[in-house]
Amino acid sequence: MAIDKEEVDAVIVGMGWTGAILAKELTEAGLRVVGLERGPDRDTQPAFSYPRVVDELEGSVHRRYLQSLSQETVTIRHGIRDTAHPYRQMGSFKPGTGVGGAGEHWSGCNFRPLPEDLKLKTMLVERFGQNFIPEDMTIQDFPVTYDELEPFFDKFEYVGGISGKAGNIKGVLQEGGNPFEGPRSRDYALPPQKEFLGSEMFRKAATELGWNPYPIPSANLSGPYVNPYGCQMGPCNFCGFCSDYGCLNYSKSTPNACIMPALRQEQLFELRANAHVLKVNLDSTGKKAVGVTYMDAQGREVNQPAGMVILCAFSLYNVHLMLLSGIGQPYDPETGEGVVGKNYAYQNLNRLTMFFDKDVQANGFIGTGGSGHTMDDFNGKQLDASESGFVGGGIVWARQPGAGPVRGISVPSGTPGWGTAWKQAVTDNFRHQYYFEVQGACMSYRDAYLDLDPTYKDGFGRPLLRMTFNWHDNEIKASQYFVDRGKQLVDVLNPLSFTGDAKTPGTKYNTTQYQSTHAVGGAIMGDNPKDSAINRYLQTWDVPNVFAVGANAFPQNNGYNPTGLLGGLAYWAANNIREIYLKNPGQPMVDA
Amino acid sequence: MSGKGDNPDGKKALQMQTSRRGLLRGFSALPVAAVAGGGIAAAPAAAQEDTPYTPVFFSADEITFLTAAVDRLIPSDDVGPGAVELGVVEFLDRHMQTSYAQGGIWYMMGPFQDDVEPEFGYQGRLNIRDMLRAGIKDTDDWCVSNHGQKFADLSHEDQEAVLTGLEKREITLENVPVRYFWQHLRDETRYGYFADPIHGGNKNMGSWKMIGYPGMRADYTDWVEKRDTPYPFGPVDLMGKRG
Ligand SMILES: Cc1cc2nc3c(=O)[nH]c(=O)nc-3n(C[C@H](O)[C@H](O)[C@H](O)COP(=O)(O)OP(=O)(O)OC[C@H]3O[C@@H](n4cnc5c(N)ncnc54)[C@H](O)[C@@H]3O)c2cc1C
Ligand code: SF4
Repeated sequence: MAIDKEEVDAVIVGMGWTGAILAKELTEAGLRVVGLERGPDRDTQPAFSYPRVVDELEGSVHRRYLQSLSQETVTIRHGIRDTAHPYRQMGSFKPGTGVGGAGEHWSGCNFRPLPEDLKLKTMLVERFGQNFIPEDMTIQDFPVTYDELEPFFDKFEYVGGISGKAGNIKGVLQEGGNPFEGPRSRDYALPPQKEFLGSEMFRKAATELGWNPYPIPSANLSGPYVNPYGCQMGPCNFCGFCSDYGCLNYSKSTPNACIMPALRQEQLFELRANAHVLKVNLDSTGKKAVGVTYMDAQGREVNQPAGMVILCAFSLYNVHLMLLSGIGQPYDPETGEGVVGKNYAYQNLNRLTMFFDKDVQANGFIGTGGSGHTMDDFNGKQLDASESGFVGGGIVWARQPGAGPVRGISVPSGTPGWGTAWKQAVTDNFRHQYYFEVQGACMSYRDAYLDLDPTYKDGFGRPLLRMTFNWHDNEIKASQYFVDRGKQLVDVLNPLSFTGDAKTPGTKYNTTQYQSTHAVGGAIMGDNPKDSAINRYLQTWDVPNVFAVGANAFPQNNGYNPTGLLGGLAYWAANNIREIYLKNPGQPMVDA
Repeated sequence: MSGKGDNPDGKKALQMQTSRRGLLRGFSALPVAAVAGGGIAAAPAAAQEDTPYTPVFFSADEITFLTAAVDRLIPSDDVGPGAVELGVVEFLDRHMQTSYAQGGIWYMMGPFQDDVEPEFGYQGRLNIRDMLRAGIKDTDDWCVSNHGQKFADLSHEDQEAVLTGLEKREITLENVPVRYFWQHLRDETRYGYFADPIHGGNKNMGSWKMIGYPGMRADYTDWVEKRDTPYPFGPVDLMGKRG
């Protein structure tokens, strides 16, 4: 027998970045909110307290802060005729769990999009004509503009205390920032972070090549800070345990450090951890949600009735819950009809590692998750797609999130994998290498999508989410183009040797190697229900009291990491729920 | 710059700076209990260095194989200490008792498939510890069939040839895909060699001293912008010991 709880105004599924934002905004608006999180409750103290948090074996091998795949995972295949295999061991992407979600163990490169990223299709058609876009490429514009979102990017950045250097304040270019960015209302909350050697070398080499390097806007704070919620943060000390770890220092912008301390004090908010939501419950019309059912830590089913349901379960799991609950029509790649699962996209990433002499003190163990240098000279409209031969820009960057030997020590190619020669190589190279990465956009395609797996089930007996994804020619060309730009930097820096190659024709998506957790699309936003699952306010077209907040909203992925954009979208959605939806609850905010 | 560090809402700061760590110097005084409390995946913390370790998971035969194998994978030589002297075998035995090695964070439901493209990872039903166990037996059987002796009894040269055969997948094993046996054997050996001594290997931080890793200091504010001087400090471990 299921346990029935008292009805609340809103139930939020997932307590990562988006969940914490929505919960804070809605309780501020006077709503009674319950936040359900499948993983444990986690707070900086004691979950990330020193020294145990910096145990590499537990953090990077046991993956103690990441989602365990034992209860729930996805299946993956390359093509729509293939059989999908379960993602059994964590590899290519690393979803989070517990309060903070992936927002707790992310790195912290916090980009907002370029204005043209949100109007990608229109921009391409205007510049190169309708025929320029390959037929199977299903890219779309975002149904919201940069100017509309600007205040919400700003809010997210100030809640996080993002460290960076503006390149454009209200149309006036700023020395040292990104000259290609959209206008911002003000500078970053904090100045850029200190520079490690690899970042300094990137900046110098890129400048020498005539490019425009600028500091990566980083969620690893350059100084002490108190955010608008009164949460206090300290400067990042380059501990070297950032990506995959919680921050021991209150220095990384995370839900745990920046929102939860204030949210926990809200009387109208109740957090329930170890509450795994199984389904959104709809009424008999199928057009209205009445709440959710979850499994609690004792394995009991609990019904939580609510006036509205906000899915903040990470892009993939938002789509999974929509499919399991019958919200919106599932996408069919054969007919191109249906919208839920459509336009799954990822991110295109390659790395170039440079090895130097012993006098180059790169010290990769000195690390900070998201700081460094990058450039937009080949991103957004700076990329001439007719010349490059592919669509979607990208960036090259220097990052050093922290290298420890358990995470693996890169060695020059040709080095044996064991024995004395390997020992000599790890010893010679550990402190004298740094890397640059190239990160490109990833377009959406007719045959890249999410649906329910016909065979595999999760620990609750539900079908797993099935991902169909592979690299397309466009992304392979892009990878070659950006790796080539990276090699130009390498040439300037003249290392003893370097490793790293672009994708080549036929390179298949490898699910076993970490690439990024930038899994986007699947329940995309658009301006009509025929080609999108949610409207410009992230409200589902089919069930107006259900919202799906996260990178699932992106119709394709741009050259940047997603969180600055999804954080902005979360504040945008919350603001419009407060200002529009709550005046007419249960009604669509956009006419279909 | 407006807004820097100020508090527009005038709310009281919610977190105290004093709870930040950053005080490396103080941490060697931490009570042992504060560091030894592991998560679900933690193995029993390593005992005092001079107490001999009695294997719990692996049989005597398996220990014999592993001792010989890790000694070839990471030998003692002029570069630095070898896996055997750093306690990697002890690490392996402890590590196999963790929930991680038992498949605790893997999706372990069927149907399973043995032969899929490597881009999808291991799709069989064995967890890491069962894979190692099966692979050890299969490799020993292969050595007996092909050399008339178990792995540990072969010459160093022959042992290295067998390891190369596993690495290049030229040897086929009976009960486990050689690709994954090799991968886990090599990775687990490296983990034991490099992980914090609290897990049983890397005795006296020997591998960290070899490569110049400062261990668990986790505070480099003062050194980020230094360019010309090699990082000067030796390692510290999770128990606060200095190497
Ligand atoms: C190692 C790593 C590095 C990264 N680096 C960067 C970076 O540098 N820059 C960047 O922009 N992005 C980065 N990301 C991505 C970033 O973490 C995500 O974009 C962001 O956290 C997504 O926020 P979210 O709120 O959508 O999901 P999350 O923060 O993941 O939160 C989702 C929450 O929902 C919970 N949940 C899921 N399903 C259920 C359910 N059924 N019931 C209850 N709860 C549920 C999960 O447990 C989780 O806590 C990185 C990610 C990783 C893993
Ligand atoms: S590198 Fe900085 S932000 Fe990241 S975990 Fe360490 S102290 Fe925190």
